[in-house]
Amino acid sequence: MENFNYHRPATVLAAAAMLKKSKDGKYMGGGHTLLPTMKQGLASPTDIIDLTAIKNFGGIKLSKTMVTIKAGTTHMEVATSKEIKKAIPALAEMAGKIGGVHVRHKGTIGGSIANADPAADYPSACLGLGATIETNKRKIEADKFFTGMFETALKAGEIITAVHFPIPKKSAHQKFPNPASRYALTGVFLSQDAKGKVRVGVTGAAASAFRATDIEAALAKDFSAKSASSVKIAAKGLMSDMHATAAYRAHLVSVLAGRAVAAAK
Amino acid sequence: MADTKTGIGASVRRKEDLRFITGKGNYTDDINLKDQTIGYFLRSPHAHAKIKGINTAKARKMDGVVGIFTGEDVAKDKLGGLICGWMIHSKDGSPMKAGPHPVLALDKVRFVGDQVALIVAETKEQARAAAQAIVVSYDVLPHVVDVAKAMKSKANVHDLAPDNRVFNWSLGNEADTNAAFAKAAHVTSMDIVNNRLIPNAMEPRAAIGSYDTGTESYTLYTTSQNPHVARLVISAFHGLAPEHKLRVIAPDVGGGFGSKIFIYGEEVACVWASKFIGGRPIKWTGERSESFLCDAHGRDHVTKAELAMDASGKITGMRVHTKASMGAYLSTFSAAVPTYLYGTLLSGQYNIPNIYVEVDAIYTNTAPVDAYRGAGRPEATYVVERLVETAARELKMDPAEFRRKNFVTSFPHQTPVIMMYDAGDYGASLDKALAMADYKNFTSRKAESAKNGKLRGVGFSAYIEACGIAPSAAVGSLGAGVGLWESAEVRVNPIGTVEILTGSHSHGQGHETTFAQLVSERLGVDINNVLIVHGDTDKVQMGMGTYGSRSGAVGMTAISKALDKIEAKAKKIAAAVMESSVNDVEFKDGTFTIKGTDKKMGFGEVALASYLGHKFNTSEIELGLKESAFHDPSNFVFPAGVHICEVEVDVDTGLTKIASYTAVDDFGNLINPMIVEGQVQGGVAQGIGQALLEGAVYDEDSGQLLTGSFMDYNMPRAANMPHIENFQLGFTCTPCPSNPLGMKGCGEAGAIAAPPAVINAITHALGVRDIAMPATPLTVWTAMQSMKIAAE
Repeated sequence: MENFNYHRPATVLAAAAMLKKSKDGKYMGGGHTLLPTMKQGLASPTDIIDLTAIKNFGGIKLSKTMVTIKAGTTHMEVATSKEIKKAIPALAEMAGKIGGVHVRHKGTIGGSIANADPAADYPSACLGLGATIETNKRKIEADKFFTGMFETALKAGEIITAVHFPIPKKSAHQKFPNPASRYALTGVFLSQDAKGKVRVGVTGAAASAFRATDIEAALAKDFSAKSASSVKIAAKGLMSDMHATAAYRAHLVSVLAGRAVAAAK
Repeated sequence: MADTKTGIGASVRRKEDLRFITGKGNYTDDINLKDQTIGYFLRSPHAHAKIKGINTAKARKMDGVVGIFTGEDVAKDKLGGLICGWMIHSKDGSPMKAGPHPVLALDKVRFVGDQVALIVAETKEQARAAAQAIVVSYDVLPHVVDVAKAMKSKANVHDLAPDNRVFNWSLGNEADTNAAFAKAAHVTSMDIVNNRLIPNAMEPRAAIGSYDTGTESYTLYTTSQNPHVARLVISAFHGLAPEHKLRVIAPDVGGGFGSKIFIYGEEVACVWASKFIGGRPIKWTGERSESFLCDAHGRDHVTKAELAMDASGKITGMRVHTKASMGAYLSTFSAAVPTYLYGTLLSGQYNIPNIYVEVDAIYTNTAPVDAYRGAGRPEATYVVERLVETAARELKMDPAEFRRKNFVTSFPHQTPVIMMYDAGDYGASLDKALAMADYKNFTSRKAESAKNGKLRGVGFSAYIEACGIAPSAAVGSLGAGVGLWESAEVRVNPIGTVEILTGSHSHGQGHETTFAQLVSERLGVDINNVLIVHGDTDKVQMGMGTYGSRSGAVGMTAISKALDKIEAKAKKIAAAVMESSVNDVEFKDGTFTIKGTDKKMGFGEVALASYLGHKFNTSEIELGLKESAFHDPSNFVFPAGVHICEVEVDVDTGLTKIASYTAVDDFGNLINPMIVEGQVQGGVAQGIGQALLEGAVYDEDSGQLLTGSFMDYNMPRAANMPHIENFQLGFTCTPCPSNPLGMKGCGEAGAIAAPPAVINAITHALGVRDIAMPATPLTVWTAMQSMKIAAE
């Protein structure tokens, strides 16, 4: 790891100013992706701007229709939140499956979403619930947020401040972990709203999280496990590596979607 | 029994664990010496390349740099290269082709991670920064990583082996075996791959080397399973210094599994280089990624195996041809692993009149391959037990009964592949395992699983291993460069506490407890009054170390022999002090009594008397109570057992779960059943790891190790194990006749037995003939796709 300047701004404004001033600065939430990358010498930012000291940067708020999770909220806070467990139980469950205990105590929702790891769990929840990502500049629909491998719609210097999740009628999360890393080899987050609209967010299978629209269409007609699992997902465009071929990932998307329908509550 | 609470057979809690689990162990990296510097290794990024030049000029001028050393410096100082201590001859009589293995790469690098330079600096950061400033110009050469392709590859790892073949070794009678196959009523033939594994001991390798400019002597602290062997090799072969000028200390060592038997370039380089920086100590602690790249790997065999049977289902012959990857260099013990630790075990538990095995040992551009928990015996067991299980299925015989029909039942039994099995009762272990696993009700459990969308299968493994290695003359005749005896010294202090100096080395095995139990049993001394001293060549005169499940059968027997001498001498002293004849002295429960009298002395009193010399004639009986012994075993020991695994395969995802695992083992007499159980559980965990999870993968195109971290290399976790209620251990006992304690070894059994048990269960569940290890969800799902085993 190379030397870097470490900053702990108290406000979002100050953080953005610091990034602008730095030569090659990076924002940091829990640091559980950034720091290992730096240790391996794969990233060597000149400045780390630690966002976790910003006042009121974390926290969970609920309305009748919406769960709002502020960017600095840790996975553990989401996993154990009584309100979230009641409003969107699958979201709390999903947060409880991220990494290990240490990771969940440090890692934040904002960091996870901004990083957009193709195998991260939150992107599937954002897509599967139709979330809105709020930044210091604007609000972005999840559908337009995840643009590629580690790529998002965020502009240089933009900071995620909160994520708004509409409360669905039913939802479920299914994760098939990579046997070694325990990241999602493939993960599916499914929801059905009061009007019967179904969303299926998929992570781990492609370079970027995406919506399985074929499964959504099938479930709109027939909301059953079989209806989801019988959809054949095209392997083309999915990732292939030593742990899973594209064909296997495609198969897992249908299997997990079927299981999600069965588990949805 | 002396003390039933702490003697032989008692499940005494491990004395050493409190210190280990509270962070008070003393590992190499915990040690810091005055004026210590930090060593860092620059490693090859290429699988195979010529070194055209190494420019260190800029790096040498950088902050904190104390010294930079390359292969040329090593050669200039005439420091010898690393050796393989076991000479194997090919079938045609020619010696194995051992290519050069320099301490730091000279002229050529042969695998990704090969050490090119040692950078010594005040801090690790400085050393690393300097390493990045070194410019090495490489001429990249063709490489080969796949053992199956290496003999026909255009890559040539060592000039002296143009086809990359180190040796072509054989064992058994080829003509008789071929004749048996010609007459066979049925032949089962299989292509079997034993996947390459990366050991991953919890503590990475580490070393601190220093040179005393006053006494002109060296000290090396290192993570070794056998510090005396390290001293011998560094002294006699590298020629660093004579043995009395070289001290090797292996303090607490956090796991080895074989990977810390070997003498590696890094450790040698650290101790050698210290002399050139004014004797300042050089510390190197391997990073986890270095463990992945550079610790000796295990297994990596590709085999064609055949089994011949007569019409009644009796095995009449076995023919095996194996290609064994040795990696880029011959590591310390490597040549023995796919030969005398492999071919000699191909008879398994079975009466097989004709066996012929041929092994091609082959260089590849990969990390060296050497002994890893089981070393050769897991590979042999995998071949035998996959063949036997498959043959039974082909003959439509129950796999348990097919095994029983072919078991060796009378002892001693001479196999056609050197080994003389001394004792065993394989039927007893099978019966016990069948009962514990409730084999007869498997079908109803299978039906139950099917209701939940799961395919259930059951697999057997009736393993045998030869361990407690080994009789010195026997291994000497087979090519070993050393004898494989063990030594012990027993020092009784004047107040009756006992120090045991042993050449065995504990790195997780619990010797501080089990060895003390033996002393407690024999001398009636509380185990807390026994100190086990090991791992320091200045304290213990000589020893051969710990590997091959030898510390009990060989190491403890040496202690037992020294204790015999202690007892004999203590009796003489007790007799003299109590003014009686030595023939009338009896010793029991720590008390010396005189037959027919009420005279008695405690062990502590006799110990004190031995150092006072007040009450016996010191010209007749020598003062003191200190004895030593060497023990050379007369045979290997032959632990054996039957393991039964049941798996459930998820039809949708290919995910395999171990539904239950039953291990019945015959280790002879047990010293500490709790520790033995832990060894079995740990070994089975490693075996399940090999079967389901672990596999080193090198990229064919780039030669890079793809599984270079835990992100991609899947170490077993608790969740991969069967639930503890479904993980049953049982024991049978035929005491070993070749050592007084009747012990066999238990350290490797689980890792040997488990892989075929698991794979036999998966292939049974799927109804396929074979499936590759590790049977990952992807592998199993892919197999199901080609079989069209679908959910509906």
